Amino acid sequence: MKYVTEYRDAALIKGVIEEIRRTVTRPWTMMEICGGQTHAIVRHGLDQLLPSEIELVHGPGCPVCVTPLELIDKALVIAARPEVIFCSYGDMLRVPGSGRDLFSVKAQGGDVRVVYSPLDAVDIAQQNPDKQIVFFAIGFETTAPANVMSVLQAQRLGLKNYSILVSHVCVPPAIQAILSSPENRVQGFLLAGHVCAVMGYWEYPSLAKKFHVPMVVTGFEPLDIVQGILQTVQLLEANKLEVANAYSRVVTFEGNQPAQKTIQKVFMKCDRKWRGIGMIPMSGWCLRPEFDAFNAEKRFDVEAIQAEESPLCIAGQILQGLKKPHQCSAFGTICNPEHPLGATMVSSEGACAAYYQYGRMLTMEHVEDK
Amino acid sequence: MCLAVPGKIVEIYQKGGLRMGKVAFGGIFREACLDYIPEAKVNDYCVIHVGFAISLLSESEAQETLDLLKEISNLETELGAGTAS
Repeated sequence: MKYVTEYRDAALIKGVIEEIRRTVTRPWTMMEICGGQTHAIVRHGLDQLLPSEIELVHGPGCPVCVTPLELIDKALVIAARPEVIFCSYGDMLRVPGSGRDLFSVKAQGGDVRVVYSPLDAVDIAQQNPDKQIVFFAIGFETTAPANVMSVLQAQRLGLKNYSILVSHVCVPPAIQAILSSPENRVQGFLLAGHVCAVMGYWEYPSLAKKFHVPMVVTGFEPLDIVQGILQTVQLLEANKLEVANAYSRVVTFEGNQPAQKTIQKVFMKCDRKWRGIGMIPMSGWCLRPEFDAFNAEKRFDVEAIQAEESPLCIAGQILQGLKKPHQCSAFGTICNPEHPLGATMVSSEGACAAYYQYGRMLTMEHVEDK
Repeated sequence: MCLAVPGKIVEIYQKGGLRMGKVAFGGIFREACLDYIPEAKVNDYCVIHVGFAISLLSESEAQETLDLLKEISNLETELGAGTAS
């Protein structure tokens, strides 16, 4: 497939890794923000091909992982109502709230449906005027244009039975939170390519300067990722605190202007709790008050629901790059993809799930034990 | 979650007040909303995420990057050969 195959060329990838090896002179720790990139890195074994000086730590860029527990609990309460058809992206169905997950609501008779696009949920609303259709609008900046367009489309069609349960999060405040932590060890960032496809990368140069860390907009194919790493190493070695773009076929500095304008029209910034991390000020988006009619939290009166995380889970430290999955005592034992304890195991893009799936769970002690 | 796939626009039309397109991913076709890339034409490549085109692909930027990376890789072969001899 064009624009995919050529970015999986093993010889080119090997060549770029050799260039990284020639460029690096000392240890560097960098973080890939996006869970999709974490998944690609572990799947293709890129972390094991890199010179030992480079350590990749895995960031919080998995919206399924960081959707706060109480939002899942709210979704479960709404989805269980008899008049509701609850629509969601597929990866949210397995994510446990305080007790059960959306799959079990479905098993108990709730009408829970997986949709490919939020416009599919709007279609369902048109076809079912006697039902309330609720869409679970989660995601980072990448997904916001789709989610806000569903609201505008429902408004245009005059639908009174469509609402969204919003749990949107934004990357720059998360980077700021990671870099502000006294325990921070991240020296450079691979920025999430598709977040930047929408938002551009004009928000990042001030962060790079303030915290003295270079950042490189990076794509998702293995060649994109090694190119992003190479450019980050080049900037680090030259002590350049800049933002570079290694995904220029998709990302521009300004980003997608029509999409940004539409997001601003429907969403506004708000404080948001991140599962495993906690509250990050002004790190999310919620519906503007003029779209209250489409706000599922208000329509179904679930705003007051609160929840507590499992005390065993170290997802917060993993999401900030302080620990690796196999350093958790619950990893692969009481916590696994079938029964996840927390954020980073719940989604297939979470760092713990990626380590589990690609066999990174066996430490030497595990092997010796067997 | 933020996965987005490059596809080629093969048809553009209006539906329910939105600018929609038929997009080919290899041999598979899917409908996508093109409202956010108003400049897109048939035969353009774009990046699709949850049924929405979020970016138009730049063929020239793609080629430039590949040429640069090929240059780096060839450099490696030459240096490697030099070391071996």
